[in-house]
Amino acid sequence: MELFQANNIVKEYAENTALSSVSISVKEASIFGLLGPNGAGKTTLIRIINQITAPDSGELYFEGRPMKSDDIYRIGYLPEERGLYKKMKVGEQALYLAQLKGMSKRDALKNLKTWFEKFEIQAWWGKKVQELSKGMAQKVQFITTVIHEPKLLIFDEPFSGFDPINTNLIKNEILDLKKKGTTIIFSTHDMPSVEEICDHIALINQSRKILDGQIDEVREKFKTNTFEIEFRGETPDIQNDLGTYLKILELDEHSVRKQMKVQVLNGHSNNEFLKILMNRFEIVSFREIIPSMNDVFIHVVEENNREIKL
Amino acid sequence: MNKSILILKREYLTRVKKKSFIITTLLIPIFMAALTVLPTYLAMMDDKEERTIAVYDPTSLILDKLESNQFTKFHYIPKQEYQELSQNFKSDKYYALLYVPENILTTNRAEMISNKQVTFDVKNMVTSRIENIIETEKRKQVVNESGIPDLEKKLAATKTSITVDTIKLGEKGEAKKSSTEIAMAIGYLAGFLIYMFVFIYGTMVMRGVMEEKSNRIVEVIISSVKPFQLLFGKIVGIGLVGLTQIAIWMILGFGITSGVTAFMGHGSSEAVAQAQNIMSSQAAGQIAQAAPAQSNVTMEIIQMIGNLNLPLIIFSLFFYFVGGFILYASLQGAIGSAVDSDEDAQQMMLPVMMPLIFSIIILFAVAKNPEGPLAFWASIIPFTSPVIMMVRIPFGVPAWQLILSMVLLIGTIFGCIWMAGKIYRTGILMYGKKVNFKEIVKWLFYKN
Repeated sequence: MELFQANNIVKEYAENTALSSVSISVKEASIFGLLGPNGAGKTTLIRIINQITAPDSGELYFEGRPMKSDDIYRIGYLPEERGLYKKMKVGEQALYLAQLKGMSKRDALKNLKTWFEKFEIQAWWGKKVQELSKGMAQKVQFITTVIHEPKLLIFDEPFSGFDPINTNLIKNEILDLKKKGTTIIFSTHDMPSVEEICDHIALINQSRKILDGQIDEVREKFKTNTFEIEFRGETPDIQNDLGTYLKILELDEHSVRKQMKVQVLNGHSNNEFLKILMNRFEIVSFREIIPSMNDVFIHVVEENNREIKL
Repeated sequence: MNKSILILKREYLTRVKKKSFIITTLLIPIFMAALTVLPTYLAMMDDKEERTIAVYDPTSLILDKLESNQFTKFHYIPKQEYQELSQNFKSDKYYALLYVPENILTTNRAEMISNKQVTFDVKNMVTSRIENIIETEKRKQVVNESGIPDLEKKLAATKTSITVDTIKLGEKGEAKKSSTEIAMAIGYLAGFLIYMFVFIYGTMVMRGVMEEKSNRIVEVIISSVKPFQLLFGKIVGIGLVGLTQIAIWMILGFGITSGVTAFMGHGSSEAVAQAQNIMSSQAAGQIAQAAPAQSNVTMEIIQMIGNLNLPLIIFSLFFYFVGGFILYASLQGAIGSAVDSDEDAQQMMLPVMMPLIFSIIILFAVAKNPEGPLAFWASIIPFTSPVIMMVRIPFGVPAWQLILSMVLLIGTIFGCIWMAGKIYRTGILMYGKKVNFKEIVKWLFYKN
């Protein structure tokens, strides 16, 4: 079931178009990666979901019905440009932000206590934000985003400012929230983390959505029939020998186990290709290379930019 | 609206709980009181040093007429001693040497010799006494020469001091004793108070908006509340901080004033007693007459303040206070949202605050001529009316002018809030862009 849907969203500013007919649909209890280069229109889309700005045209649906203004209380938003009141005390501030999200003071206090204990930061409650390090403040900020137990969470670069240990902590919290049924829209430029936690992605470039799909399907779609093979045996003139089947990209013959990276030419199945190899060497390992999200991102965006120029 | 109240509460409480707020709120009235009391107190404590002044008077005009007082004594010396002293004034015995030349009646000059510069008080005292004596002497001569009987008494009777009582006719024709000076003082004070309040707290709104923008907390907040609610809560919250401060000042001011009055009242009766000691009996008599007159004046002032339309003044003070503040605070909030740095803020603030600064410049001119065209227009135009109308009100303003001014102010406030809301909504999310007024005007026409 779709928790959130945006249909044909258009947003134009005086000088430029931020979004031209972008549609996304986010399944409940999944993590949706919203990707795109800087200035593509991601932040505008996120602000539209948060009702910070209104689209020029297009519809928004929340839990299957048109979105209402009250729905913002069921959304948690961690913007990329974020901060806290520096001179306000941590606890007071968290309480304030939770109340702005429609929580009663009592519920807010109860939830905050749980989260502060979970992150072991009870001691910070009475400290002013300016006394905290950047990472510490980010933790507080994360808590204030999720405190009201929203149905939909939007994280824009949630890991910036965290060290690897805390990044891991936050990552696990995000996965945990998903497990509990929260739907998450996750925007980042960090592709490894996208591979790691996203179920579905949409890629926006120059105000248009240019790619959308399950993450494994997307990666599968962009595979280039490239294989990494480890083998034992002699390889005299292998390119001539197998030239009709493959193109050798890399060849390393200096160790006992030799390695090569090859691209299989069109019209041959994996098994057929494997049979040919088996006749010549002893195969140690055979692995198809699926492109990383990073490769897909660069490939698709560059391709798209070329097309737009033409 | 519920959210606006939350915001308002935060804006109010964080500011009221600030140490700097508490300190300025409490210290300024005390400081002001000290500023008025201290000089008086110090003057009253003035020198209790005992001095003896040697007097050489070959004319015998003032001989034995210079009366000594508690601290300053006069000692008449013969010619020989004078000659010694005037050559070499080194004396522990005398503070100064006063020489009354023989031709004093024509030259009107005397001389005082001393090692140290003679103090102001001593010089004043000596001068006024000699003046009195010489004046009396001259008059006596004229009277004698003229030969008109009882001339001295007749001359004394011509001494006049005129009081023009200004009487303002109320609507029902009832006569009320009024005072131009009091109307001016109250108008001036009220106008200045509004100016200060609007300036200080308007700037506070701007700073608050800038803080939220540069802290980058603003995007978090406007994902829970509408930008307008945030701006509105901030303006009202800060406005209430200002009203709180004024209220505390009024209470403290009242307390301190009554304290000071008691203190000064006690002091002044002492001063009168002292004056009676110092002055010749004739002058003392005058002062003694003046003293009860003075308390009559106080009564009259109180009565005249009572005769002003106090409810109207208080209502308008509140109205123009709040109106002026909202008008300028919304504009300042808009500026705060548009800029990234203090320098840009300063630059954009000046043209916006110009009318307010202008109104303080013309304040005195208006107080002197509250019916003139400058006063009229400045009290109708909404950007100057909060200060200028307040100056005019104690003098009495025709109802239609007051209503016109108020209606225009309210209308302009709505216009400014609408504009500010539009600018604010776009500005707070705009980073790293140097904006100018042209750019801001464009924002007014953005769809949200």
